[in-house]
Amino acid sequence: MGETITRAQLAESIYQEVGLSRNESSDLLELVLNEITEALLKGETVKISSFGSFSVRQKGQRIGRNPKTGDEVPILPRKVLVFRPSQLLKARIRQGFSTRTPAAAPSTSA
Amino acid sequence: MTKSELIAQIATRNPHLYQRDVERIVTSIFDEISKALSRGDRVELRGFGAFSVKHRDSRVGRNPRTGASVAVAEKAVPYFKTGKQLRDTMNG
Repeated sequence: MGETITRAQLAESIYQEVGLSRNESSDLLELVLNEITEALLKGETVKISSFGSFSVRQKGQRIGRNPKTGDEVPILPRKVLVFRPSQLLKARIRQGFSTRTPAAAPSTSA
Repeated sequence: MTKSELIAQIATRNPHLYQRDVERIVTSIFDEISKALSRGDRVELRGFGAFSVKHRDSRVGRNPRTGASVAVAEKAVPYFKTGKQLRDTMNG
């Protein structure tokens, strides 16, 4: 718990799973990320069943403030990437959390 | 794009791989990320983004239909933060 997983570990799991070379495993991971990125840049939503979906949301211009000086600054219209986790992913995470912190296990009372 | 379209696309670009293997590859990537998150780990994919788990305190919620108070237990929720490079490319 509390560790950071990077490309290296994900590539390693591909290597373990399919038995491609380590090099090809990391190339494929990169390819997967690139395909997702390309679809998103075209404005497509990417839905990965049982994991979640990525979509691009267009944000309009609004007035922000420089928190230090209090000056009003326009925040330009921009695109943001939104990830919506699937119910399954949320459930897995909630479950893992309550296993680690038994006190937080959802109780039916209270 | 759905997961099966993603798999098909990658299989087309890698004719030397069986579609079945591509499927296992794609599945294992998202599985590994899910597993890491359920352990409470963070997954950082530079340039793309980072998945992490955020803690939500218990709170008193309301049933929007009846207005009755309901206790909502403490929980953990997944969170994704877009990578700098991807954010910049989107607005490039």
